[in-house]
Amino acid sequence: MMELIQVALLLIQVVCAVIALTSRDLMVAVILFAAFSFCSALLFTMMGAVDVAFTEAIIGTATTVFYVAVIYRVERGSSK
Amino acid sequence: MRKGFGSIILDVGFRHLTPFLILYAVYVLVHGHYGPGGGFQAGALLGLAVVLGRVVQGQDAELGIGLSGGLVLACTGALIFLAIGLASLLWGGNFLDYGVLPIASAPAEARALGILGIEAGVTMGVMGVIIIMFDLLTRRGERE
Amino acid sequence: MRKASAVVLVVIALLFIYAALDLPPTGDHEAPAAVHVSPRYIESAYKETATQNMVCAVLADYRSFDTLGEVIVIVIAGIAIVYIVGVSRPADEI
Repeated sequence: MMELIQVALLLIQVVCAVIALTSRDLMVAVILFAAFSFCSALLFTMMGAVDVAFTEAIIGTATTVFYVAVIYRVERGSSK
Repeated sequence: MRKGFGSIILDVGFRHLTPFLILYAVYVLVHGHYGPGGGFQAGALLGLAVVLGRVVQGQDAELGIGLSGGLVLACTGALIFLAIGLASLLWGGNFLDYGVLPIASAPAEARALGILGIEAGVTMGVMGVIIIMFDLLTRRGERE
Repeated sequence: MRKASAVVLVVIALLFIYAALDLPPTGDHEAPAAVHVSPRYIESAYKETATQNMVCAVLADYRSFDTLGEVIVIVIAGIAIVYIVGVSRPADEI
């Protein structure tokens, strides 16, 4: 059961990373990156590294806030 | 971020959320000896409390620690860390060996207090750097 | 070009997966890292530092010189950001 959840989380991470890399819209990339870091926080919790998971959750939130604040100042989508 | 997103709902939500955020950050810092947590996470939470105020209320927010305040905080944190290390050097131990500091009866408890001190330094450093980063990322080019 | 980089990435990923097959499983108490170093900390961390969280004791006491370097790196990075990004503004705004 535990391995199944871990494999599912890893698959979600791979999908999120690929879509975030190939997406034209920057906001989509930022939100998928937040989902990526949330999944990795869950994975760290399952492995028993609670400190690392805590740090990952907080830093994921902080970088999301930074990215969103910067996206409001630049062009949101790429031209091509 | 000179103007902020502030509608009245955001403003009221921010006012009710921030005290608990700061209290939770202090809990994470102090409770780091007994559970997950520590200086880095507490510093990130405190920095996020200030950044939240800046996002909602704009330039003249109530928790308005600006660029110079962030710089002072970050450098003070690193200097607190260094000062505790040098103090243990002064009392005849190694560098960063808090067991020799005369702040508790047993060396183990002195070590626990020393850990708390350097965690406070780490907290101030990380908080200052997060404020600096947000300030510079959002304020550049907004000179009118 | 895209095809060549995709092939290279797939080869590197297969190499990583092949290398990861040799890692010990999670929570293995016979792993090399859990045989020599960990018992010393588990036995004497509470006696020496009066801190129940062993991660905190290792991070801030046994390896505190490492943490000092980490904090100084972060602060220097912040100061460098100020000099790189904020250099175009007049000095009275800083």
